[in-house]
Amino acid sequence: MLKYLKASAAICLLATPVLADGYGLGRPALPEEIAAWDLDVSPDGTGLPPGSGDVLTGEEVFADQCAACHGDFAEGVDNWPKLAGGWDTLADDDPLKTVGSYWPHLSTTWDYVNRSMPFGAAQTLEPDDVYAIVAYILYSNDLVDDDFVLSDENLAAFEMPNQDGFIIDDRIETEFSQWVGEPCMVDCKESVEVTMRAMVLDVTPEEEGSDEASAAPAAEAEAVQVAAVDPALIEAGEKVFRKCKSCHQLGEGAKNRTGPVLTGIVGSPAGQVEGFRYSKALTEMADEGLVWDEETLSAFLAKPKSFMKGTKMAFAGLKKEEDLAAINAYLASFAE
Amino acid sequence: MSENFKTSRRGFLRGAAATTALAAGASQAATPDPLITEVQDWATGLGDGVDATPYGLPIEYEEDVIRRNVEWLTADTISSINFTPIHALDGTITPQGCAFERHHSGAIDMRKQDYRLMINGLVDTPLVFSYEDLERFPRENHVYFCECAANTGMEWAGAQLNGAQFTHGMIHNMEYTGVSLRTILEEAGLDAAGDLAGKWVYVEGADASSNGRSIPMEKALDDVLVAFKANGEALRKEHGYPVRLVVPGWEGNMWVKWLRRIEVMDGPVESREETSKYTDTLEDGTSRKWTWAMDAKSVVTSPSPQAPITHGSGPLVITGLAWSGRGAITRVDVSKDGGKTWETARLAKPGEKMALTRFYLDTTWDGEEMFLQSRAMDETGYVQPTKTQLRDVRGLNSIYHNNCIQTWWVRPNGEAENVEVS
Repeated sequence: MLKYLKASAAICLLATPVLADGYGLGRPALPEEIAAWDLDVSPDGTGLPPGSGDVLTGEEVFADQCAACHGDFAEGVDNWPKLAGGWDTLADDDPLKTVGSYWPHLSTTWDYVNRSMPFGAAQTLEPDDVYAIVAYILYSNDLVDDDFVLSDENLAAFEMPNQDGFIIDDRIETEFSQWVGEPCMVDCKESVEVTMRAMVLDVTPEEEGSDEASAAPAAEAEAVQVAAVDPALIEAGEKVFRKCKSCHQLGEGAKNRTGPVLTGIVGSPAGQVEGFRYSKALTEMADEGLVWDEETLSAFLAKPKSFMKGTKMAFAGLKKEEDLAAINAYLASFAE
Repeated sequence: MSENFKTSRRGFLRGAAATTALAAGASQAATPDPLITEVQDWATGLGDGVDATPYGLPIEYEEDVIRRNVEWLTADTISSINFTPIHALDGTITPQGCAFERHHSGAIDMRKQDYRLMINGLVDTPLVFSYEDLERFPRENHVYFCECAANTGMEWAGAQLNGAQFTHGMIHNMEYTGVSLRTILEEAGLDAAGDLAGKWVYVEGADASSNGRSIPMEKALDDVLVAFKANGEALRKEHGYPVRLVVPGWEGNMWVKWLRRIEVMDGPVESREETSKYTDTLEDGTSRKWTWAMDAKSVVTSPSPQAPITHGSGPLVITGLAWSGRGAITRVDVSKDGGKTWETARLAKPGEKMALTRFYLDTTWDGEEMFLQSRAMDETGYVQPTKTQLRDVRGLNSIYHNNCIQTWWVRPNGEAENVEVS
């Protein structure tokens, strides 16, 4: 900040008087509106709501809400972020940057979980759950014991391991001084040897259309699958599915995310997707013989929480009959 | 779409190899060209009427000029990035339809009627604006580049991705229409903030990621725009329709899309995107923060791996883009021999502040291999560094702000490859 202020242009801008009379546009924000949107939390704890959560509660909430992507122990699944580990790796090749090894302020974790997580169901957690999740993330990083309770009273004072690991942008001093002036134009170096080639590594994606032979059969297979159903309905269903997409994957290469893979869901018994941790509510209904067909899927998707009390699915429901018909057609077009 | 029109890098190269021999020496036709001597369909029949495409798209023969994703970079496409096909574009303005996208929770659908912008915090009167309100403030037009801090980030450890689109395509350059942030802050009144030095504004998006960044007040009052049009038309959904922030010269993550709230504050929020991400870890493990400005940078867009030379030796246009987040580009040099000797390229137009500049080197290719490089200079006197110079200061573990000189190894057959040279 100070360094930035040294720039003379910046000083001038601040000195320019601001316009006294405005345009009279907009309207005053109501306190309730500000309270609804002004959720950010600063390092000194400003913005934290009252509340608390302990490690053991956090473990349960984390398993339900976070583990599908971040792993049971916050170790990360596939390419999803690892939240724990990486201590003393910041100076190594490929440092592992986690909440424990890298994040300088605990407020950041609370703020991010509260406003942006879980992925696909942001802003659905209660403050106590957020305190509990953050307490569990600290525990996963060996920063607290299992009896630790995090609250609005002790969060700001919590010292993160890498809190002193940051410096303010110093490029002007460390880089600009060396890289200014008239550059060399001739005889700048004696020899030029290739030291590394991208073709050797070969990680560049192929461009569309470059692999026509393999693309063609896939297109045919898809055509066969959907032949019996109204293609317009399936297309409409594809649009409706956008509401589901952040949590559910379909088709080739699909993986469980916040929600299970839905390939082949229509006609299948409930709770059968391998590797997905279902809610107790779903497991119970599955044990009672729930099968997903157009009728049960429509009932569930119209009002998830009334059809299945205790479902993990944080989805309000589809109000329109035609959306329900479309989503059924679309899901049915993805057979196993 | 007829199979005949499908193009691909490989197919293209195959075709190119076949014609190179002819093109190289032949300036005379052996037989009359049927495209000239025979009456073509288009010269005798009729074309499409108006309204065949009420909103026009590129003709099918350009269907390979598209954004592309590198799947292994991210866990899924909802929180991911793709790349502008800079190898296939010319001039400086990026068409919205192929301008790179970066989402943290997917591109959301929001109608103008549902749009609200709140100004709160240390202001005299916290306000809420509708979209219509924004269009009643005095407007400005500016062309600016938006570059993701991670552009070229995959190249820190070595040459990885084989194409200018992938190495340098996290950038676009558009003409924005909007209201200056200063105007909007003044409308809410800044007396309540007291001394503005040391104050910040926190800006936040409406999507589920709540992407938010802290911007120092002096930048907020300088050139930041609350924009609602790009290249003359509404922003595309993927670029934040209906309203995004434009933060000239600074990293793209700060250009918050679906902008919903601006809060005047005493200090930075230290949000996820300005601590755990968009910080730069140096060799000793300490990390730079608040590295907002994008340093001067350039790249040859053609020839390049996705845009090989197909015409054999003779006249050759070497072209590329240069930009700086600290002002206007003043000069670009091009080397054909990996940095031993340099020639100053021609700027298509004088450089403009924080906007892309197109450069050309109109030259003659002798058909021999080349190690093509470009080197930008901006009005501060800064010279774009080599990868070695950058690594000497920062080590190998950085992700963001890689503005090193890029090398394309052009072979006698016209193909080009991303390489590092000594």
